[in-house]
Amino acid sequence: MFTRKLSRISKFLPSAAYRNGVGSRKLHIASVLYAPQSGRYEEKPEFPGSKSKFIHNLKFLNPDENEGIPVYRVMNRKGEILTESEDPKLDKDTVIKMYHDMTLLNTMDKILYESQRQGRISFYMTNFGEEGTHIGSAAALSPHDMVFGQYREAGVLMWRGFTLDQFMDQCYGNCNDHGQGKQMPVHYGSKELNFVTISSTLATQMPQASGAAYALKRSGKDRCVMCYFGEGAASEGDAHAAFNFAATLECPIIFFCRNNGYAISTPTKDQYRGDGIASRGAGYGMMTVRVDGNDVFATYNATKAARDICVKECRPVLIEAMTYRLGHHSTSDDSSAYRSVDEAAYWDKQDTPIARLRHFMLAKGWWNEEMEREWKAESKQMVMETFAKSEARKKPNPELLFTEVYKNMEWHIQKQQDAMKKHVMNYKEHYPLDNFEKWEQ
Amino acid sequence: MATSVRGILNSCKLFANLHRQRACHPKIFARNASFTYLPDTPLQEHGETSRMNLFQSVNSAMDVALGNDPTAVIFGEDVAFGGVFRCTIGLKDKYGADRVFNSPLSEQGIVAFGIGLAVAGATAIAEIQFADYIYPAFDQITNEAAKFRYRTGDLFNCGALTIRTPCGAVGHGALYHSQSPEAFFSHIPGIKVVMPRGPIQAKGLLLSCIREGDPCIFFEPKILYRAAIEEVPVGDYQIPIGKAEIVLEGNDVTMVGYGTQVHVLREVATMAQEKLNVSCEVIDLRTLLPYDLDTILKSVIKTGRLIVTHEAPQTMGYSAEIATAVQEECFLNLEAPIQRVCGYDTPFAHVFEPFYMPDKWRLFEAVKKVVNF
Repeated sequence: MFTRKLSRISKFLPSAAYRNGVGSRKLHIASVLYAPQSGRYEEKPEFPGSKSKFIHNLKFLNPDENEGIPVYRVMNRKGEILTESEDPKLDKDTVIKMYHDMTLLNTMDKILYESQRQGRISFYMTNFGEEGTHIGSAAALSPHDMVFGQYREAGVLMWRGFTLDQFMDQCYGNCNDHGQGKQMPVHYGSKELNFVTISSTLATQMPQASGAAYALKRSGKDRCVMCYFGEGAASEGDAHAAFNFAATLECPIIFFCRNNGYAISTPTKDQYRGDGIASRGAGYGMMTVRVDGNDVFATYNATKAARDICVKECRPVLIEAMTYRLGHHSTSDDSSAYRSVDEAAYWDKQDTPIARLRHFMLAKGWWNEEMEREWKAESKQMVMETFAKSEARKKPNPELLFTEVYKNMEWHIQKQQDAMKKHVMNYKEHYPLDNFEKWEQ
Repeated sequence: MATSVRGILNSCKLFANLHRQRACHPKIFARNASFTYLPDTPLQEHGETSRMNLFQSVNSAMDVALGNDPTAVIFGEDVAFGGVFRCTIGLKDKYGADRVFNSPLSEQGIVAFGIGLAVAGATAIAEIQFADYIYPAFDQITNEAAKFRYRTGDLFNCGALTIRTPCGAVGHGALYHSQSPEAFFSHIPGIKVVMPRGPIQAKGLLLSCIREGDPCIFFEPKILYRAAIEEVPVGDYQIPIGKAEIVLEGNDVTMVGYGTQVHVLREVATMAQEKLNVSCEVIDLRTLLPYDLDTILKSVIKTGRLIVTHEAPQTMGYSAEIATAVQEECFLNLEAPIQRVCGYDTPFAHVFEPFYMPDKWRLFEAVKKVVNF
């Protein structure tokens, strides 16, 4: 028995050894170079995967000696195009749609934020200050590209056509919410719009996005995956797995980091010591760019170019969009406990993506104060009307608590569903049944 | 537009303050809570007391721990400014930024960093912001923290590691801010698992965990952070790990729970007495691993009936262990099948929380069932 096993192993030995032998000989020959200056042969490192040379003086790489990775921008804070050739030259309708979506998102955020404060919805997260990263990137993608978001990318959905009703029904968790009220507010998703439903967990979407990109690559269609995440989430182990899988498996994916300065209260100085997230791209062998996320055109250009690289070359691209989270992390947070009100006010006054685009449009003559006033009133009214409708809708039938745990309802879940219904009917007066749709008897 | 955003921010701040005040008001919590909080009385021997809620008593425990032990450090996500639940508030200013600090956002990193600290002789108090987010650290907990002493022949250990994490229902937490994952961790030989029912218990038990020779996971029922208010001893005291407490004596039915469910059980005991003339004994397990089987057995031998409850899903849940151990040890004393009143086998769904919870009405029904069997 033992000998048989050994002989089976030995069958593999010669060929394996042969392959290694040939391989290493080739490598050896190729890496010994004649250096005419010194008049002797110079060796090059032969370690697997090496692409560099030997040095003979001890020198550490000191990141502090490097100049930081530059930030690509198209417009300055006044909305003036800085280099004519970089103007994406989007038509008027597209630019107005960008502006409409950014400001509608802003209006919806204000109203839903306040509604949480009044106890009408349980939770909310605003997108204040980051509208440029959402709309600039979404506009550069194909609607067929698949999006894996973190949780602060509502503008991407808005660009793709998620309706105010859909946003607000989800926040209310009412009977029209596709998710049947199971998730917290802002956990949107849409199969139709290729937007995978949000989960509260951080960075878990990232390696999933790499897997999805691999599937898209194999399907042979010109699609890529867009994966959004924050600079805080980039500290999770999942982020490393995502980058490394995407690079080694040559996945058509854009990793889009919204670097907004804070992970809840944690400032970037407690999050990382390198040059942001962009500096990590090279380490994984990824094409990388850092953009001004408050510049919707720069974000657009970078994403469009990244998409081309992804789809044509089948390799991942990392975009780090620098921006500022103007609002609190969520309605559970009060950011005045860890950052100065002056700091937030500075960004609000000096540099918001909405103001920048408005300056651009005003200069083009595509927008004016009257249009602004009208649009503000109109968008507010749309949001308020939708809000009232969503609020009036009942919560879904409580039986649905038990559905979709599995594809088909398993016996033990069925048993519990029956028990729950029987119990609730026996103790009707103690359960808020009036707020919910009725189940069939 | 710019001004109006600033207006919003300012009003947010005002609202946040309002919200804080509102949140402290018990009536506001009662709207979401499936229980009424019954405060404990402090032991006189523990000395001077002060009014504290659960987050303040946890803070007080860590204050004592850092004050007495110069190697002790506290870390986790957002810990430096006081933590999202305010448990570490003021500690950075008091003990310095090298002892109370933010970690990068990585749960596996937090736990592993803590293991390393403990192995090198420091006392590590690690915070995982929500128990729902502890899973990236599962490998470090189950393969590393739990087995460090065993696999090194006791050359090294990480007994000085305590992992604190908020758990449980809160009224609106949904799938990822409501979980009670204690059963996963109670299945790991080498870890001790503790969950307090209120501020006095939390401080004494947390100090025991911090000083325990084995790594501990300390689950803090987050709904109690503000809702539970008691007179808590301000000094140093410990409550032993591995000991349950009979919080209400009774003769007819034994009811076992931990954390928030203890308060639900107390209310059910009152209801059972008033409406059914049934006397219930309520046991707070306090430590889930190693658990105090003796106290449960003595009670079941007396009452002949047992109900076990937890918020976590029923199947393969913590109650299965209690039920099995009790029937093994005192089968002939049982007058009725042991009842489990638990969360259903579903994720924790947002709007359906009132239907999901093992609330007083489901427990009351279980009492009726065991006495009428």
